[in-house]
This record gives sequence, structure tokens and C-alpha cells, in this order.
Amino acid sequence: MSGTGVWERLRAHRASWWCILFLGAVAVASLAAPLLPLPSPSALALQDEPAPPVPPWRELVRHGFRPEFADLSWTDARLTELRGRVFGDLQTAPWLGTDAKGRDLLARVVFGSRTSILAALAATLASLAIGVLFGAVAGLAGPRVDNLMMRTVDALQSLPFVFLVIFVIGIVNAYRAELSERFGIDRETVFYLVIGAVSWLTMARVVRGQVLVLRNAAFVEAARVAGASPARILARHVLPNVLPVVVVTLTLTIPTVMLTEAFLSFLGLGIEPPKMSWGILAADGIEAINPIRIAWWLVAAPAVAMGSVLFALNVLGDGLRDALDPRTRRS
Amino acid sequence: MIRFLARRLVWFAATLLAVVTLSFFLMRAVRGGPFDAERRLDPTIERNLRARYHLDWPLWKQLAAYLGPINLDAHGARAVGGDGTRVFAGVLAGDFGPSLAYRDQTVGDLLRESLPISLALGSLALLGAVAVGLAAGVVSAVRRGTPLDAALRVVATVFLALPSFVVASVLVILLAFAWPLFPVAGFGTWRHLVLPALALGAPIAANVARLARTGMLETLGQDFVRTARAKGLPERIVILRHALPGALLPVASYLGPAAAGVLTGSLVVERIFAIPGAGSHFVNSALNRDYTLAMGVTIVYCAIVYALNTLVDVFHRLLDPRVAAEGA
Repeated sequence: MSGTGVWERLRAHRASWWCILFLGAVAVASLAAPLLPLPSPSALALQDEPAPPVPPWRELVRHGFRPEFADLSWTDARLTELRGRVFGDLQTAPWLGTDAKGRDLLARVVFGSRTSILAALAATLASLAIGVLFGAVAGLAGPRVDNLMMRTVDALQSLPFVFLVIFVIGIVNAYRAELSERFGIDRETVFYLVIGAVSWLTMARVVRGQVLVLRNAAFVEAARVAGASPARILARHVLPNVLPVVVVTLTLTIPTVMLTEAFLSFLGLGIEPPKMSWGILAADGIEAINPIRIAWWLVAAPAVAMGSVLFALNVLGDGLRDALDPRTRRS
Repeated sequence: MIRFLARRLVWFAATLLAVVTLSFFLMRAVRGGPFDAERRLDPTIERNLRARYHLDWPLWKQLAAYLGPINLDAHGARAVGGDGTRVFAGVLAGDFGPSLAYRDQTVGDLLRESLPISLALGSLALLGAVAVGLAAGVVSAVRRGTPLDAALRVVATVFLALPSFVVASVLVILLAFAWPLFPVAGFGTWRHLVLPALALGAPIAANVARLARTGMLETLGQDFVRTARAKGLPERIVILRHALPGALLPVASYLGPAAAGVLTGSLVVERIFAIPGAGSHFVNSALNRDYTLAMGVTIVYCAIVYALNTLVDVFHRLLDPRVAAEGA
């Protein structure tokens, strides 16, 4: 099967196409966040109450942006510099309001998306590296090895994984000083590693199933009879046909992982302040709810950001599944 | 069936043993034990404390003692339970030892208090979610292509995309503050359980609705349904008696993951609503290095999820003879 046709089918599916555009825009905004004329996400203003949103039609921009170069990575520092040259000290008014410490919520949501994207990236890499390999080996190795490998996946999958992850993170927390001293790994890296380490199971199962089907497929048999080497069969006949299920599984894995990241950060076990994550923003928002004054924007902003991105991912996943599924393909 | 159950049990034991061993070594490998407070203890006191919890033994011996019921102490003495009078019997005997953060309480005591609360909340959420989800899925499939179907599907996708803490906070703002129907937090009466159960059940219900819709559509298109209609059965009977069982199968196999989801979600929901369940104990234990408590909750929850998964598989085999034939 070739990839041609899939793209057209996806474009024809209006909803999927909008989702791709939306997710692309989010990704670009997230990566180029320091370039946007946003206030600094960590600049404090002394006040004791969250300030409500100022809609852009009431006040578009303000002066007073001051760059902070202290904890920025090299690229982010360059981007911030560039932004200063383009926009000067202009920054957006608090369109989404500010939190109790006067930090701009829009900027925090945009910078917080980077955490979600990193988690998604970690899960994608782990799924591709561990999951596909594990599944392919299990599918090709013959029934005995396959049985053992798959029962292992079953056993792992039947465990409530978040508990183990939290357990591990709790222990890593105790070790953090030594980890960064001796191995140069900070806690966040460990966090992403752990997230990656638990997200490959579904991929392994799905790939193994597809490889098993392909192994006995007539065209693979034909290639074998024609004298093709195992490597050639794997590269030319098996892998291209595994690709669609891999893509579809990824569209299921990524939203789950983003939820897990937000979940752990919400509990205080993931990313830690001053870094931002949608989970932390939501936790801050919920803490600020009280019956006297409901600062609804503190809850609404991260909720809408997360909800819309995950919604788009889910819709795109459904669309991709339809586009890649040969059964629904009209020739 | 008995062979199947036996094999399941063996795998379960092996998995749990691996989990316990691994977590045990992980938690003992941590430099700086639970007794490292801000204030440095007197060396003698520290030695006594470590001896009391048998932290001075070699690791393998600690593991064996933790697992169970063999007595390894030279003088026949055992690490004491929380209140100092009971002896620690080991995980295999269902004893998880003293809690390291809540002095004078064993993990067992804490679980006995908190687990029923979590289970009540979890089963309420799960049952409600399955009921609502099934109804929505069946209606959606029967009214396929109508605006009602489209609306239900959008609602399901939205609830799939929203994390439970978002649903929880929106519920609190709407139904506890803006329109004070339910208490904001705490535990005591059934009214305290409504909002948390809604927040926990929402994504489950959404998933069930999607699965039920797909399953229902598949069965509705099959010959025996056409036959049922052709012989003049009323539509209600066709749907409930003939098509519904087909929709139930995928939902039934989702129950295992759903239970895991409810237990996981309870970590966040119990925290938001300040419910004194096992989930909040677990999160606290991870934050303040109460390893025995963390292990206890992990083991109990793993066992619950594993048991439910097995139950679902048994159910599946009874419903669908083809599965039993394949997996034998």
C-alpha cells in the first residue's frame, strides 16, 4: 500500500483538515513562543487578587515588556532578542487575565504547551523505538518467544500504571540532587523518560498483530518464494504495511500521554514551578476557587487549551483511522 | 476454564512479585531514608529506629522479611506493627507493615479506613458511567445520522478530551458555588459523592458510549437482526433482545481498563474534593516518602485491577464461545 490517496482523503475530510491546521498553529506558537509579543510568563506584579481578562477590543497592547535572560535556553534567548527588535517593549494586554501573582495567563498557557508537546514527543519516540521493535520481534520470532513477550505486555498492561509511575517519581524526587550531580540528568528528564517508558505497550501489541497477519499474507509468501532475503522482505513488504497502524496508534497514544502529563503535574509529581504545564495551571486555578470570588478564567484558560488540543487530536485520530482503513476506501 | 484461571493466577503472582521486588529495591536504594528529618537525630536513637524497622539488615533479608511469613530475626523478634504490639507478618499474609509517615498506624489500618470510601466512590462512578454511556450509545446508534446522534457524539468526544480535574473544577464552580446544590468538598453523606462520581465517570461514560454505538451499529447491520425485523417483531424487542448483546461485548471488555481509569482518576478527584480515600493517601505517600504505604496501595490496586480484568475475560468467554476456542 502506498501513502498516496491518504493525504487527499484526509483533506477531503473537512474536520480532520481543520484539526491539522489548528494543531499546526498550536505547535508553531508553542515552539516560537518567545518570538510572540506576549508578556513574560513569569514576571511578577505585586497584587493579591487575580485580575480579570481584558478583551483585545478594549485594550490591544501595553508597553512595559522586560526580557529575562536568566534561565532561558540559548535558542529561546535569541528568539527573545529578536522579538525585542521587532516589537520593542510592546506586549499584549492581559487578554485572558492574570493569576494572583500578576502573571499573564495567556503567556503561561502558551509556554505551558511546550511541556505537553515534550511529553508527546517522548511518548512518540518511545512508542516508535521500543514499541515497534518489540512488536515486530514478537511477531517474527515464532510462537514460543511471541507467547512469552506478549504475556509480558499483557501483565504490564493489566497494572494500573500511573501508580507505578508515581511510585518511581516519588523515589526519583528523593534522588534528584545525586542524579543531576553524577549523571547530569535533571528530574524533568527522568519524568519524560518515565512517561515514554510506559507508553509503548499498546504500540507493541498492535504492531505484533499486524506483523503476524503480514507474515502469512500471500504477497509476503510470494516474495519469500521468489528468493527475497528476510531483510528485504522486512524492509519492502512488512514495514510499509505496518506504518498505517503505527500512525493510527500514535494518534491514540499522544492524547493519553498529554493527559497523563497534566495529571501528574496537577498532583505536583510532574513538572515543577517555575516551569509551566497545563496541569500546574489547572491546579493553580482550582486552588484559587473560593465562594467569595470565583476567578473563573484561571480554570477556564488551561481547560479550554487542553480540551481543544485533545479534542482536535481525537478528531484527527478518527479521521486518520478512516483514511487509512482499506475497508472504507472507495476505489 | 480452570486451566485459564490457573494460568491467570500464576501470571498475576509473577507480575506482582516482580513489581514488589522492583519497587522494594527502588525504595531501599534511596539514600536518605524516611527518618532524615530537618533535625538530625541522635545516633543512638537513629540506630534504634533503623533496627526497629529492620533497616540495618542486608537487602535480600529485608526483602524476604517484607514478603513474608518466615521469621528471619535471630532472636525470633519481628519488626513491630504500627502500634508496637502487633508483629509484622509480611505482604504475603496481607500485612504491609507500619506506615512510615503516620507513626503509630499500620498501612493496613490506613487502608481499612480509606479503601471502602474509594471503592464506594469508584463503583458509583463506574456503574453510573456504564449506565449513562450505554444508553447514550444505543440511542445514538438507533437514531444514526440524526442531529441527536451528532450531538451525542460531539459530547462524548468533548468528555474524552477533558481531563477529570477540569470536569471536576467546572462542576464545583457550577453546582457548588454558582448554584449550591452539592457540598464543595469533604465526605460524609451521599451528597458528597455526587460531584466526584460525575467527574470520575465522565470520560468512562464517553468511552462506553462510543464503544456501544460502534458495536450496536455493527450488529444492527447483520442478517439475524433483519430476520427479526422481517418476522414482525416490534422494534423495541429487536433492539433490546437481539442487537443489544452485540453492543455489550466491546463494552464488557472495556470494563477492565475502565476500572483502572477510575482508580487512577480517583487520585486527582479525591484530592480536589478532599475525600479521605486511598487515592489521596497514595499521593501523599509519594510526596512524603511513605514507601510502605505507597507499596501497600499499589499492590492492593494492582490486585483489584487484575482481578477485574480476569473477571471480564471470564465473562467474555461465557458470552462469546469463539474467544474461549481461540485462547485455549
